[in-house]
Amino acid sequence: MGAADLASQKTRKLKTPWVFIAICMSPWVFGFLFFTAYPMGASLYQSFTKFNLIETPKWVGTENYVRMFTDDPDFWKALKNTVWISAVSIPLRIAFALFTAWILTKPKRGSNIYRTIFFLPAMVPTVAATMSFTYIFNPAIGPINKFLEFFGIKNPPMWFIDPHWSKWALILLGLWGIGDTMIIYLAGLLDVPRSLYEAAAIEGASGWQQFRYVTIPMMTPVIFFSTVTGIIGSFQYFTQAYVAAGQVNDYSHSMYFYATHIYHEAFRAYEMGYASALAWVLLIFTLICTLIMLQTQKRWVHYPNGSLFK
Amino acid sequence: MSAYTQEQWARIDADAAIMRRKARRHKFLETVGNHSILIAMSAIFIMPLYLIVVISLMTYRQASLRALWPSPFVWHNYIEVFHAVPFMHWTLNTLFVSTLTMIGTVVSSVPPAYVLSRLQWRGRNGSFILILATMMLPGQVTMIPVYVIFAKLHWIPGYLPLIVPAFFSSAFSIFLLRQFFATIPDEISDAARIDGCSEFQLMMRIVIPLAKPAISAIALFAFLGAWNDFFGPLLYLVENPDLWTLGIGLTQFENLHHVDRNMLMTASALFMMPVIVIFFFSQKVFIEGVTLTGVKG
Repeated sequence: MGAADLASQKTRKLKTPWVFIAICMSPWVFGFLFFTAYPMGASLYQSFTKFNLIETPKWVGTENYVRMFTDDPDFWKALKNTVWISAVSIPLRIAFALFTAWILTKPKRGSNIYRTIFFLPAMVPTVAATMSFTYIFNPAIGPINKFLEFFGIKNPPMWFIDPHWSKWALILLGLWGIGDTMIIYLAGLLDVPRSLYEAAAIEGASGWQQFRYVTIPMMTPVIFFSTVTGIIGSFQYFTQAYVAAGQVNDYSHSMYFYATHIYHEAFRAYEMGYASALAWVLLIFTLICTLIMLQTQKRWVHYPNGSLFK
Repeated sequence: MSAYTQEQWARIDADAAIMRRKARRHKFLETVGNHSILIAMSAIFIMPLYLIVVISLMTYRQASLRALWPSPFVWHNYIEVFHAVPFMHWTLNTLFVSTLTMIGTVVSSVPPAYVLSRLQWRGRNGSFILILATMMLPGQVTMIPVYVIFAKLHWIPGYLPLIVPAFFSSAFSIFLLRQFFATIPDEISDAARIDGCSEFQLMMRIVIPLAKPAISAIALFAFLGAWNDFFGPLLYLVENPDLWTLGIGLTQFENLHHVDRNMLMTASALFMMPVIVIFFFSQKVFIEGVTLTGVKG
């Protein structure tokens, strides 16, 4: 403890202004009670009931959980789609964000302009972006396939209309809005000390080797962070898929994800009890994935205060 | 060194010159290469925006021929869209919800962030960890009971379910503000305390003015979050068309507007325009805000 800390403790007379603290914290405390703590308890209880919003919940034990795994093909469909899009889009998004951020650090001039351009699509409201994508990727009236034909692609995909391509179209939509993730990566890259690159260059490391053995290890905390938030986010993936599916009549449910299923069961079928059970399973999946990530982090995440800087 | 003869020195100089030239040429090629990649990528990022704007200015006939340049320019689309659908009404609704959400978030997130970063008290770290944990909680888990509360209060359909929660702090905003408040030196607070400044005055007169960039960032994020929100309005507003926001209105566009499909692009362009204008004026605040929460997390 430094002298300054000691001095400041004396001037504070060690008297905690509890009233002030209580008043300041009260919005959060009440918010936590009304919108987090009580609802969590209530939804856990409701997940063991049959509940349609009008009648009082009726206890059914574990029936909802059993039904989910044994008697609900839509659950499996939604789960499969969600796992697919997470497995494909999380690594792709990380690679793409890292690449765009990395290439932005290269030029001496003009990098601000490029950064603005790359970031701009992230500002477009999700609904506007999704509606526009379903339009411009529409094989009949949208110009994207005209470009592809122009570049010699004979049978361009039908994108949102084709169940085999619709998820790829959603992934492209997500990659277009990569801006905010990219900014985080960019800040991380600019934090990598130049001396490390200089040292690597003196040892004769090529550009690629510098990227592989300096940049990537130094970026692992950011990669780790965005993997965890990516997993949490992709289990809740809803708006883009819901809006796009509404635009193209997604009969085969190729854009039916876990969050869509919860929404559907709760607010279309009014199976509030069953939807609560689905939500708790979602929470458990998310927790398991996060814990697995936390377990693996020792093996691949380098924290700058660790061995590298000693 | 003296072992080198004059000729050897000359050769070394010549070699160095060649290497310097090579290095310069290499540097030049690298610069050209980087800029080519960046320009190509810029074109790809811009293309959807370009297409939205040009399609929004076409006649429907031309738009359905997949044209890439409007001829003639139908500027009238931008007037027509206000007549064909209640676009102005949706815009004002969205503005109303977003503004109140922003005010609520700022007013209710600054005080908790202040006491979590500027004061020492028992339970502080525990509270902060709890706040971080709620950020990780999927909204689906709490969604149904919260909906039931609002239904029992007869607030659905209506704006209250969207606005009232904003006045009960946002975990994300508290987190961002706390990160920023923590960078303000303690000496400033201590000096003010010695001068007899109360904690409230300290927060209002000293810390808040110093934290303007972070407060602007959370205000901006709250406003944009509400402006872009789709799920909230879908749950709470969809039953009453008078209350629709732009997001909901846009998805219902084709059910309402039977004339020209490409007018959807006109509506989309109008929907994104304010956000893009805001972005150009506040890019710095924005990028600093993203960085503050993303990396220091």
